[in-house]
Amino acid sequence: MDRRDFIKKVIGTGIVAGSTVAFGDFAKVFAAADASPVAYDLVAVKGGEPEVMFDRAIASLGGIEEFVPRGSKVLVKPNIGWDVTPDRAGNTHPKLVARIVEHCLNAGAKEVSVFDHTCDPWMQCYKNSGIERAVKDAGGRIVSGDSEGYYHKVAVPNGKRLTETKVHELLLEADVFINVPVLKHHSSSMVTIGMKNLMGVVWDRGYWHRNDLHQCIADFASYRKPTLTVVDAYNVMMQNGPRGVSAGDVVPMKSLIVSRDFVAADAAAAKLFGTEPDDIPHIQLAAEMNLGRIDLSALSINRIKL
Amino acid sequence: MRLHRLKTLRVGVSVVFFTLIALLFLDFRNMVAPSIAGGVLYLQFVPSLLQLVSTAALGAAGCIVIVILTVLFGRVYCSTLCPLGTLQDVIGFVARKKRRRRAFQFSEPHNVLRYAILALTVLLLIAGSGFLLNLLDPFSSFGRIFANLIRPVVLLVNNVAAVTLEQLGMYTLPRVRWAAFASVSVGISLATLMLVVWLAATRGRMYCNTICPVGTLLGLLAKISMLRIGIDPGACKGCKLCEDACKAGCIDSRKKTVDVGRCVGCYNCFAACPKDGMRFENRWRRRVSAVQPDRERRNFLLNSGVFLLGLLGVEEPTKMIVQSKPTTIPVRVTCPVSPPGSGSIAHFTATCTACHLCVSACPSRVLVPSIFEFGLQGVMQPRMNFHTGHCNYDCTICMDVCPSGAILPLTVEEKKLTQLGVAKFIKENCVVYTDNTVCGACSEHCPTKAVDMVPYPNPANKKLKIPEMKPDYCIGCGGCEHACPTKPYKAIYVDGNPVHKLAKKPMVKKIEIKVDDNEDFPF
Repeated sequence: MDRRDFIKKVIGTGIVAGSTVAFGDFAKVFAAADASPVAYDLVAVKGGEPEVMFDRAIASLGGIEEFVPRGSKVLVKPNIGWDVTPDRAGNTHPKLVARIVEHCLNAGAKEVSVFDHTCDPWMQCYKNSGIERAVKDAGGRIVSGDSEGYYHKVAVPNGKRLTETKVHELLLEADVFINVPVLKHHSSSMVTIGMKNLMGVVWDRGYWHRNDLHQCIADFASYRKPTLTVVDAYNVMMQNGPRGVSAGDVVPMKSLIVSRDFVAADAAAAKLFGTEPDDIPHIQLAAEMNLGRIDLSALSINRIKL
Repeated sequence: MRLHRLKTLRVGVSVVFFTLIALLFLDFRNMVAPSIAGGVLYLQFVPSLLQLVSTAALGAAGCIVIVILTVLFGRVYCSTLCPLGTLQDVIGFVARKKRRRRAFQFSEPHNVLRYAILALTVLLLIAGSGFLLNLLDPFSSFGRIFANLIRPVVLLVNNVAAVTLEQLGMYTLPRVRWAAFASVSVGISLATLMLVVWLAATRGRMYCNTICPVGTLLGLLAKISMLRIGIDPGACKGCKLCEDACKAGCIDSRKKTVDVGRCVGCYNCFAACPKDGMRFENRWRRRVSAVQPDRERRNFLLNSGVFLLGLLGVEEPTKMIVQSKPTTIPVRVTCPVSPPGSGSIAHFTATCTACHLCVSACPSRVLVPSIFEFGLQGVMQPRMNFHTGHCNYDCTICMDVCPSGAILPLTVEEKKLTQLGVAKFIKENCVVYTDNTVCGACSEHCPTKAVDMVPYPNPANKKLKIPEMKPDYCIGCGGCEHACPTKPYKAIYVDGNPVHKLAKKPMVKKIEIKVDDNEDFPF
């Protein structure tokens, strides 16, 4: 770094930091005044337990009431794909799922359903992931995704390779759809975050695999935008994904990302994982299809460190 | 001594065992089956005998208990413990309720047929084929009837109820997926059930005294038993009520004799006799006259011809191909895959009675009845079918329920290192090769990462990875084959090991990417 470069950076940082402080503070005052918080595009939290981080994140977005109207039917879709325990980070953390269910019910949701079309036998996945117990204790209902009868054919009008597919009826009935993926390494799609997690609401995943996986993931993302995407990055499987071989594949990252924009959520999570969003074809494709924003620098992000 | 109550006791015990055993085969959510199967099935004669012979484990000596019981008290097994025996009693009870109550009568034994069946069964077994034993073992026949015929009905009821509840917005009852259709097993189960229904409805326990090799064997033992049912000539008024009540047709009220070799120990005669004329005699003090000479009346083997019906039909119809390029290279399986814990194909086929309890209990639906994959003698014995599922890494349920020792218990850690077979990769069938698009479904499901993804230079100049096999780490669970999306032929498939091997422990790689907890957000 030469002197000129150094000076440029210092000044640049100074402007950014200064304006953040100035506008940030102003925004807070303004928000407090008329009780509506800043509309952040994305909230990232670090350094807490999954449920604590979610509390903070959702509060900064104005509370779950912003997303869950009274009497609505909510679908919370975690990743419950594998018959592994929470420490292996193969599935979404049960505490996070439970907390989201609690928030929705507190906001007056009529019912909160949770399911996944699992890869390993579903009953063992539901049980050993800890999610079945957590959801029941939180007052939500856990539903099977293990029968083709639950899935109904829908059109994917904007799909390039995936033009129709069978989708679980709970998604078709849901007023509010909260996608709760876990951030993981993935042998097929490089990483699995929000869009990839949607493979768990369809019946025939094989079709995606043999018809350009990344394109199909992006295609299906165009079918229905989740109301909210909550990325669990509390424990992150950095290799041997998506199933993992041992707890040695897992790194505690203690992070959480929440956004209305699922492309932005995936992009931010990809960065947490250590990759560039542009390098993950399905994120790139989704951005090209105008499904969301991949350029994080253009977003208003609330970064919370606990 | 008043022994009227014996019948009540016998009915009570038989109903308990029948219910528990039926529950094992119908417990589609595995709520109790894995934990109670060992205890409930401990006394099942043929599975226990095979386990004793193959493993010499005295813990599995339920059959010895049965032999001792039979030598002391006659064929108590046949009316209390044998689920097929109780099933016949139920059928007979219903049939006689429906029609005018018809009395049983004494019949001559079909000795040629019954001893021929027993001899053939034993000879085949000595020669190394359990074919006839598996076909005729009453417990296994019962299991197959319940697993292949009754279970689907229960699933149907469950699913209809589930769909009905869903209309009301309730998802409390999950739908259950059907098992893969196993034509031969369904056919044979149906033929067995028809035969059993017909005989039980019209001829009492003729199945047990003519066809069942266990009945015939225990009958031989009963002939030398200590306590035997007999008629007290002093008390007997010759009213024939005992003969009318004897579903085994073994009481000759005219001669006042009981053929103890055919008595199934139901004690209905005690309840029927108004004069307490039935009694237990300790025959180890004096000899009895020999059984009546043989007379063959009907060729029951004709009925077995019905068995062949099951051989018709096709399983696993190939589904419509939806793929840009259908695969061209057929998979070459040289050996079927036997379940974990079976050790080898030889041990498995010699010990399995094809009762299909593991098929019922397997939560992955990977265990399905074979047709001729294990050869003719292994017909209906379960094999691993990776088109219907894959063996769940941490699951040991089949080992928990197997009553015959064909699938021996392994710890979860042992099971995870047991190599049932090795996956073979056919590059030319792989989506990555044919379409130059990303896949990796196989590696995704691989619990040991024996299927690894390695960089693949390609004509499309895309960033692609293609599977690479590390056979030493493969345990043959079939996750890769099950997940592989190519059709009609898979790009990866498991070829069985005739003798199971020990796989290498999965490698623990150090994580390359560093994560600093105190670092700022990277965005």
